[in-house]
Amino acid sequence: MSASAAGLRRTAASVHLSTRRKAKDRAFTIFLWACGVLAMLPLLFITGYVMAKGLSALNIDFFTKEPAAPGQSGGGIVQSFIGTGLIVGMAVLFSVPLGLLAGVYLSEYGNGKLASVVRFVAEILLSTPSIVAGAFIWAVVVVALGSFSAFAGAIALTVIMWPIIARATEEILRLVSEDLREGALALGLPRWKVILRVVIPTAGAGVFTAIMLAVARGLGETAPILLTALGNDFINVHPSQPTDALPLRIYEYARTPVASQHAIGWGGALMLLLGVLLLSITARVLSNRQQRRTR
Amino acid sequence: MARSRLGDRTFRGVSALAAVGLLGLLGLMLWVLASGGSRAFAKFGFGFLTGRNWNPVFGREQFGALPFIFGTLVTSAVALALAVPVAVGLAILLNEVHSGWLRDPLAVFVDLLAAIPSVVYGLWGLYVMKPLFDHRVEPFLTKTVGKVPVIGALFRGNPNGGDLFTAGVILAIMILPIITAVTREVVAVVPRDLREAAKALGATRYETVRYAVLPYARSGIVGASILGLGRALGETIAVSLVVGNGLGIGASLFRPGFTIPAVIASEFREATNIGVHRSALLALAVVLVAIALVMAALSRLFIRRSAKLISGGPPAGERERPAIQVAR
Repeated sequence: MSASAAGLRRTAASVHLSTRRKAKDRAFTIFLWACGVLAMLPLLFITGYVMAKGLSALNIDFFTKEPAAPGQSGGGIVQSFIGTGLIVGMAVLFSVPLGLLAGVYLSEYGNGKLASVVRFVAEILLSTPSIVAGAFIWAVVVVALGSFSAFAGAIALTVIMWPIIARATEEILRLVSEDLREGALALGLPRWKVILRVVIPTAGAGVFTAIMLAVARGLGETAPILLTALGNDFINVHPSQPTDALPLRIYEYARTPVASQHAIGWGGALMLLLGVLLLSITARVLSNRQQRRTR
Repeated sequence: MARSRLGDRTFRGVSALAAVGLLGLLGLMLWVLASGGSRAFAKFGFGFLTGRNWNPVFGREQFGALPFIFGTLVTSAVALALAVPVAVGLAILLNEVHSGWLRDPLAVFVDLLAAIPSVVYGLWGLYVMKPLFDHRVEPFLTKTVGKVPVIGALFRGNPNGGDLFTAGVILAIMILPIITAVTREVVAVVPRDLREAAKALGATRYETVRYAVLPYARSGIVGASILGLGRALGETIAVSLVVGNGLGIGASLFRPGFTIPAVIASEFREATNIGVHRSALLALAVVLVAIALVMAALSRLFIRRSAKLISGGPPAGERERPAIQVAR
């Protein structure tokens, strides 16, 4: 602290701007804007390149056919779309109720010691690498059931999405004004009805946003699904069988030497990127609107 | 009355169950990984962490994790060294430079960068960034920085093929948003009075940031960086596509490396319980979790310290909800 005080004193002593100070300030501003430009480039480059490469791969076959034999042209990755829908759909089914309820507990009943422990644990789970979640479910579900499966993939995604939804829900419910709760309680409503009928509907769009962001995250996760659902060249809708997913297919096609598969990989990357960005942007717009309304 | 009390109790119980479930989840995860990895730890002991040979062929099994630990730490360090200055500059740009039409789109852009799936980064890194680095960036660095004594050793070597440096750069892009976001939160809660006092003394923008803002935000920035480091350590797919999958250890960044997540992802299929291969991979996961946990705890500590330093500054009414959530 004393160092900065001395710095300010030095600054104050030379009230007229010396050219050296001016130059330093100019250089600093240039550095800041350079950081801004530098940060913008990757998104532009990546989305631009994926669009350019991916668009040419999209056709009817891409969305309706299973993969062609390596080296042969044509074919699609319909099984990846179906598999991703199956795995992420199941994961949403598991993680949304669990996450919502946990978030409600932390926000509405969470003043005790238990809640602060849960909060801490949720944060640890959030910072656990996603491959660890995959290895965990691999060791439990896959090894126990003796097979890679869509179900195991959904459980692995649940491990990731549950704490995300819980923490986000808690933060959003805390924004709901205390007056609303007290007013409803004063009318004689029991607490659980206050939560379900007043608190959650008030925060509705925000909760929905949190779920969308969690789904966007789950949609793009590759490592945990790789360890649990494994992938599949054919359409599979049975939860107990190995199942393909869009990120897995892209990963596999990235690593093959077959050029025709690279093209399809770029097409898959384009679809995945579109899905994830669409979810993120919609969530952002919704939460902005919500913020404006509560203010 | 009695019915609603029953309803209250049930609802509270069910929601508490979902919350405590998170505790159970973490406990189960740690137990499963630890007990799964125990055979490898038992067989190789401390040598598991220091050994340099990794041979999963049954009968000649040898599992030493040092090359993976080395690769994980080196790629993350490169990522941090590149991402932190840019992230801090960006956070200051977004918070302190209040004019300009570019600011809002820039914030959105950085947020969206965080949304791009890791496999898309990997695909792009493998087919766009890697060739560029092989033919242009790395030879250029060898010719210039490579001649500088001491640090030059980092930039010498064969630039062809995937290597630690390329993986570090792609990690830097991936962790930029999280470090920027947390740094922005920390910088935003530095009291206005301080800035205005500095400006009233005639300080330039640089001096205001340097002497009034950064001293307060410093430990928060360290926390943000450690948070980013945690992300980098665990990143799997993008890294595994560009890191080159080599077991060597040395000074050069231009050599193929391997990371803990990458080796788990590439070997779990063949890993059976006949030997200790499966156990060794789970033991690697334990090492990764241990590093990630330490990083998470450290980053919490630093961010909290920054928040404490700041709290007590602004009038209570101005911050009903602290920008940095600190669970007590």
